[in-house]
Amino acid sequence: MGEEMEVGCARPTGGPVGSSGDEKAETATPPVKEAAPMIQVGKKAPDFVAPAYQQGKFVSVKLSEYLGKWVLICFYPGDFTFV
Amino acid sequence: MSIDSVFVHKMWDDNELSKMVDGGVPFPMLSDAGGRVGKVFGVFDEEAGVETRGRFIIDPEGVVQGFEVLTPPVGRNVNETIRQVQAFQLVRESKGTEATPSGWRPGKVTLKPGPELVGKVWEVWKTNMAFD
Repeated sequence: MGEEMEVGCARPTGGPVGSSGDEKAETATPPVKEAAPMIQVGKKAPDFVAPAYQQGKFVSVKLSEYLGKWVLICFYPGDFTFV
Repeated sequence: MSIDSVFVHKMWDDNELSKMVDGGVPFPMLSDAGGRVGKVFGVFDEEAGVETRGRFIIDPEGVVQGFEVLTPPVGRNVNETIRQVQAFQLVRESKGTEATPSGWRPGKVTLKPGPELVGKVWEVWKTNMAFD
């Protein structure tokens, strides 16, 4: 589990690890252009950091902290969107 | 992971998901404001401003072993995801000496690729085994 975060009024954000601005949540700079983002089976997953809600706590989750475990990541369109 | 904030995730878990799952969602509900992570994974729909139904299986080395992406109206098959994880785990534990043919699930026959199996798969695997 990721470490617990201080939560202020700014909406916490994350992003790919290695791009600029991933530590500074509220910067208005556009995301760094990734060199042709490509997911390929058999290749490393891009690392990222993201704020998360888990069991009553706000935590920060970094994909690379889960090395040694099987990980499932599920993206979905939005909370309260039925399916 | 979705573009919703962690605050909305909390409200969804508190008000709806915890009524479906005792104790609420046990795993982290990730927030990807702006879809920055989704873009890197190729699942961010720029026009709609949301993420599509992408599902990625990542092994203990951080390597993507499989993924599936659906448009929003169709939900996933969780059993199939679990089956795939079990298959990848079996292959990994066998250090690649075993492979799981179409329709494999725990308990069904695996294949041991090698010179003796070339042209002989029909002897050990039948098409009805592709189905449950």
